[in-house]
Formats: sequence, structure tokens, C-alpha cells
Amino acid sequence: MWEYSDKVKEHFLNPRNVGVVENADGIGEVGSMSCGDALKLTFKLDENEIITDVKFQTFGCASAIASSSALTEMMIGKTLSEAEKITNDDIVAFLGGLPKEKMHCSVMGQEALEKAIACYRGVPVEEKEGEIVCECFGVTDLEIQRALKEHNLSAVEDVTNYIKAGGGCGKCHERIQELINEFKGHEPVIDKKPEKLSNIKKIKLIEETLEREIKPALKKDGGDIELVDVDGSKIFVKLQGACSSCSAAQITLKEFVEKKLCEFVSPDLVVEEVS
Amino acid sequence: MNTIYFDNNATTCAAPEVVDEMLPMLTEFYGNPSSMYKFAKKAGDRIHEARQRLADILNAMPEEIVFTSCGTESDSTAIWAAIRANPEKRHILTTRVEHSAIKNMGEYLSHNGYKVTYVPVDSRGNLDLDYFYDHLTNDTAIVSIMWANNETGVTFPIEELAQKVKQRGIVFHTDAVQAVGKIPIDMSKNNVDMLSLSGHKLHGPKGVGALYVRKGTKFSPFLIGGHQESGRRGGTENTASIAGLGKAAQLAAVHMEEENTRVRKLRDSLETGLIDRIPCSIINGDTKNRLPNTTNISFEYIEGESILLMMDELGICASSGSACTSGSLEPSHVLRAMGVPFTAAHGSVRFSLSIYNTQEEVDYVIEKLPPVIERLRAMSPFWKGPETECEIKS
Repeated sequence: MWEYSDKVKEHFLNPRNVGVVENADGIGEVGSMSCGDALKLTFKLDENEIITDVKFQTFGCASAIASSSALTEMMIGKTLSEAEKITNDDIVAFLGGLPKEKMHCSVMGQEALEKAIACYRGVPVEEKEGEIVCECFGVTDLEIQRALKEHNLSAVEDVTNYIKAGGGCGKCHERIQELINEFKGHEPVIDKKPEKLSNIKKIKLIEETLEREIKPALKKDGGDIELVDVDGSKIFVKLQGACSSCSAAQITLKEFVEKKLCEFVSPDLVVEEVS
Repeated sequence: MNTIYFDNNATTCAAPEVVDEMLPMLTEFYGNPSSMYKFAKKAGDRIHEARQRLADILNAMPEEIVFTSCGTESDSTAIWAAIRANPEKRHILTTRVEHSAIKNMGEYLSHNGYKVTYVPVDSRGNLDLDYFYDHLTNDTAIVSIMWANNETGVTFPIEELAQKVKQRGIVFHTDAVQAVGKIPIDMSKNNVDMLSLSGHKLHGPKGVGALYVRKGTKFSPFLIGGHQESGRRGGTENTASIAGLGKAAQLAAVHMEEENTRVRKLRDSLETGLIDRIPCSIINGDTKNRLPNTTNISFEYIEGESILLMMDELGICASSGSACTSGSLEPSHVLRAMGVPFTAAHGSVRFSLSIYNTQEEVDYVIEKLPPVIERLRAMSPFWKGPETECEIKS
């Protein structure tokens, strides 16, 4: 169960300003059904550009509803230029904190506010540019870069918490990490696809790994291992010494030997024992 | 405020008789069953009795029962045992709707040299049997299919599947954590090689489970240690919990008829009461092949966590397959595998009852939940009032 502050619970159970402002001056809609949360923010201004009325509709969890409610409370009575300065961090602070996994709910509030103000000013909301990085949630590299910069994020998990990118199938984690590295001023990550090994190179690498990573550990328990043959991705080995009669030999073979060889030689290797 | 506990697929209360069975194991019969003196034998005798009781509910032999710490351990043990017994076979067949104990094990193995095939389900959560049979291969080391789904309660034709798998000489495992104690299971009349169960799902304690291993099944231990459980699971026996599990199994056998009559009626009453009162709500899963205690209902255009938290304020406990409750960003993999649209998947609630629930509790939920749904829908940008078109049709 999430740990919500009393203020989050209060705004969730008794949300303020629910609904839609009629003849609104600004309308901001973000999120979608498929994403699991959505927010529609509407406001009205007086002649001095002071927000006199603001309402929200939210599809989402307690954090999303509480963040929306808090945002409306923070907006009301402010001038547009003051409201414009409200960030998701302000929303989180107002609520006395949010679970880190729920930060994206506050970000949704900030985005809806930006859109509603852009709508009022007649500034066309730019369609998402850049290259889609996270296909599950439709997040682009530009959006990730913005989140990195605004919140000084340093891990894929943080990016997921703030803007959901990487929260689905996980295939985009590598690309998100690249963007983080670039942001942090590191060298761009080079795609480390394993080079296609020739048989000679593969055997040499296997032997080196056996000598360096595997044999010393087996020898500690009175065992040893010998490379017998290599056929494509299949590696045939012979366990020796204490390993040859050990009841846990298959576990050693699969959980230790095979894993080490996959790690240091090629991820598709399968180790089999020959008697 | 009373608590109305409708989340018995998550865990159950330990039956009072179970607690009574367990307490002396902590205070009186606390010896280590492996010790040599008579005092320790008393603990050993209780384990023996519990093994017999568990065997009785499954109509199995006591020596086919291996006590474990939980359903997940039982699942892992079964998978590892099968793939070690058949090291040359690199294929595993399971379903797209398994509990994470099998699902994540499958993902792990698929990254470690195994090919894992996930059998799809239809919109009612029933297995695609043609797909299943088409994907059994000579390279299949193990088939692992749950007996009953934890989210929808949908049951699979395990006896039929196990028979077909047996003909191919492939190991068949079933995660029966949700099924044991709720529906009759007779191991003498099926070809299942290994079956997982868990104590806390049938009014036993948490921290204890068991793996049924059919006599003659090639087996190697997952937890390697002492000689306990005939060398099949190392570690000093959790005597109190094992005794509790034995008692829970004995009680479950006694209550099986009530589970399938009175509890089923309560579930049906709850289901009908909510569906009739709440527009754009639908039952997820096959209503014919289903556990008697479970219903999974989607309320469109609102989100599950919000429903649960508002129900919590009213003292009602249930679960949801929404993204926000799972700690992930995506809704239940079970509902998505069934093709439940996002409008409904995010707003699903699972109610799972037990013999300790009453009609009064059901009536209370039927009275209190519709206003909660209405209130949340009034906040939703996707809800347009009574004229809203439901995306899901009965």
C-alpha cells in the first residue's frame, strides 16, 4: 500500500474544485485512458488576468486526484504570470510529498497548467517533436531531456517515476540511459552489440573465462572443469574432481558455469556436460 | 467500523482451529523433528499428521507431499526440478495469465537459454487449447498451467491438459494455489506430476506451502541442505505452520460443500447486485468455469486504486488490477491478455469471498459501492453522465 500524506488523503477524499468551468478562458487536457491517468483543467480570468475560477476532472489514482485538487487551490486568486510559475515540485510540496513512484501525477498537473495557459494565449500547443523513445507511453527523447533537466534525474527509474517513460515493456531502458549519460556529460553509450565471434575467437574466450572466472572457484571445493568441444552455441564440458560426483553438479553447471560464459563470451551459450 | 474482508484470494484469516493447532507447536512441542529424543518426536508426529491431512484433501499419498515456505517456492521448485531432470530440453510452455511466481520465472529463464511459450486466452479468460496443443514439442521440459486464475477465478481444464501432456512424456505442473480448498482436486484421477499450494489461501498460516510430487517424478531439491522432507527440501521444518496447514486442509475438506453452495450464492448475489445497480460495469472472466468465491468486475472510466481507497474508508477490503495498485504503470497482465479495453482494465475490482463472509456484508457492499463509483465518475473527464456509451458489452 502506498504511504500517502494526510494532505494527499484529504485532497483525495474531499477534492476541491471538481468539474468544468463554463465558458473557460483556458483549457488544458493531458494524459489518456490507455496511460492510466488523464486531467482536464479549465480556468476563468478577470480583466486583470487574475484566476477567479478553476476546475478539474481527473481519471486516475489518489495521487492524481489529490495533485489536481492541490493545483486548483494553488492557482485560484493568482495572476496568470504567477500561476505560470507553479511547478510539479510546488504541487508535491503543497501535498506534503508524494511516493516517488507517483511523481508523474504532479507532472501531469504542471503539464495541464502549461496547456491551459497556452490555450488562453492562443499559442498553438506544439505537437510532440523528436523521436519516440518509450512506445508504451509515447514519450519522446525531447520530453525525457526536459525531465532530466528540470528535475536533475540520474536514473532510469527516476525518469519512469516522473514521466512514465520506461514503465512498460522496458525495451527503451537502454536509450533512456543513453540520454541520462548525455545529460550528465558522459560519453554517449556505444551500442554494445556483441561482435560475431569466429570459432577460434570464441574458443579462446571460453578458455580464458574458464581459467580466470570458473576454475579457481571450482578448485576451492576440490573440483575442476575441462573444455571438451564447442558446437555453435553449445559448449561441452567435463566436470572433474569433487564436481564429477557432486549432487549439485547440474546447478553448478547451469547457474555458475553457463552464466559466467554467457556474461563473458556470448549470451546465447548453452553448457552441457559430457561424461 | 467493522472490516468487511472480500480479499480472500490475496490472503485469508487463519481459522481459529488452525491457531489452536499451531500454538502448542510453539510452546509445548517445540523440539526439532530431526533430533533423536522422544520430546522431538512429538513435533515429528504432528508433521506426519499434517502431511496425511494434506494428502487426504488431494487424495494423494503422504510421501508425495513436500512442505515448502510458500506457493512461490513450490512453483520455483517444480520448474527447477523439471528442467534439471531434462537438461537437454530447452522449452517451457505456460500461459499468458499466470501468477508472477511463474510469469517472472518464465521471463528469467527466457533470458537464460530457454524458449518460453505463453498460451493466450480468449476474452473470457479461457485457454486457447489449439494453441496449447500446437506448441507442445519434443523439446518441452515442463508445462506449467495454473488450475485457477487468481484475478478472475477462471479455472482451466487441468485433467484434460495433463492427460494430453502425459501422452507426450512431458512433465506437467500446476499452480493450484487458488484452487486447493475451494474446488475438489483428486490426484488419483489426473496425470498432474507436480502441484503447488499455499497455506494462507485456505485459512492456514502465511509462510508455509507444499508441493505435491507424484511418485516416480524425477526430482531434485531447490533448497539444498539437510535431509528434511526426505532430502527434497532442506531446512528445519516450520512445525507450527505445517501443523496449521494440515489443519487448514482438513477444515477445507469439511467446508468444500459450503464453499460451493453458500459462498457461491453470496458471490452471485454480490455480483448481480453491483452489475444491476452500476451502469457500464461488467464481469471479467468466464462465469461458468470459475472459482465459487471470486468475481472480477470492471467499472468503466474510473481507476481502481481510487475505488479501493474509497471502499477502504467504508471498511471494505478488495483488490484491483489497475496499474496504480500494482506498483507498475500498466494494468493487470491477465485482463490485458483477455483483451479487456483500457477503459475497463484500469477500473477492475476483484472481490473474493470465504466461508466467514455473510449476506449482511454483501448487502452492505451493494449499498455502499454504487455511490462511490458515481462520485469517482463525476470527477472523470471520460464520463459524460448516463448517456455515456459503455465500451464493454455483456
